Amino acid sequence: MSHTAEHEVHHDGGTKEIVKVTIILSVLTIIELILGFWMIGMTSEGLRLAIKGSIVILMLAKAFYIVAYFMHLKHELKNLIMTIVVPLALFIWFITAFLTDGNSFRNLRNTYDPHFKEQSTIKVEKKEAPKHEEKHDQKHDTKHEGYLDEPRTTH
Amino acid sequence: MSTTTTATTPKLWSGGKSPFNVEYGKLMMWYFLMSDAFTFGAFLISYGTIRFSTNGWPDPNVVFKSFPFAPEGVNAPLVFVSIMTFILIISSVTMVLAVKAGQNMDKKGVTTNLIWTIIGGIAFLSCQAWEWNHLHHEGAWWGMNPFLNADGTASSTNFTNYFFTITGFHGFHVFSGVIINIVMLIMTLMDKFEQRGHYLMIEKAGLYWHFVDLVWVFVFTCFYLI
Repeated sequence: MSHTAEHEVHHDGGTKEIVKVTIILSVLTIIELILGFWMIGMTSEGLRLAIKGSIVILMLAKAFYIVAYFMHLKHELKNLIMTIVVPLALFIWFITAFLTDGNSFRNLRNTYDPHFKEQSTIKVEKKEAPKHEEKHDQKHDTKHEGYLDEPRTTH
Repeated sequence: MSTTTTATTPKLWSGGKSPFNVEYGKLMMWYFLMSDAFTFGAFLISYGTIRFSTNGWPDPNVVFKSFPFAPEGVNAPLVFVSIMTFILIISSVTMVLAVKAGQNMDKKGVTTNLIWTIIGGIAFLSCQAWEWNHLHHEGAWWGMNPFLNADGTASSTNFTNYFFTITGFHGFHVFSGVIINIVMLIMTLMDKFEQRGHYLMIEKAGLYWHFVDLVWVFVFTCFYLI
């Protein structure tokens, strides 16, 4: 372990590395945006999900470059890297458990709560382009929708 | 950061030296950022859980489609937020350059790059202020949601509550980062770091600033892209 640490300490990033990481981050962001634009108006659920997955992977790649090079974590001793990164591994369990739970809650409600199911199929007529004069009515309406929505979601 | 320390012997934990090879303040900044990551993580996971337990959700490309000074009803999804993202990335780069200049004891370089970083931070905050103000005028706020779900059904207020809470918490971090950077700039101009003989303080401020950029990567993805 200490052998690898030895190597890391000595090569410290130069300006070249900063330029390289900047370009990588920009390119990753541009790819994310292209995927985001591509997704507009797309109807295929499967493809949408695949694109969302790719965006999340790109997001994690960006996070790696920021932490490793801009925050210099890659050039620290392995001991330090471990104390920072290992606790963050809890997020794996965290995300899996909570998102699964949320998904299961939705399925349960769709199965056993007919009102919940029904509410999510009623379409609201689109209020076309609410201009500034209508702003107050608009607020009022939506407030109601919000409150109507709350009680049934809580039991 | 002392990169010139003598080669680490295999016995890192035998005492007499720091097994982490960083100064105390920087180590504590790392641990603070780790705890802050858990705070943001808890927010975003909570958002994800609610979103997964709901049948419909508003389409971000419909909600975030406006642009400053553009005519009313303009349809420009993702454009404004991508500008905000690039502002933050560039300000992160100038911060790295400031840290680098600090390591070389280059006062002028530190000053210039810190000023650019502060300008970037203020630009980002202004963009966010405009966006919040615009959404508020459309009737969106905590407890109010004028937007419909993507499939045309009524949406709950969860969407706006999470959006304003999480982007607000991030914006507060950016604000604190700008204040910290301004303090760093004043200390640099007062030759505080020259007197100390090192610019280690800039590195700690830099860590915080990069963390703010890091969190935006996640917030941007979770709210605007997917």
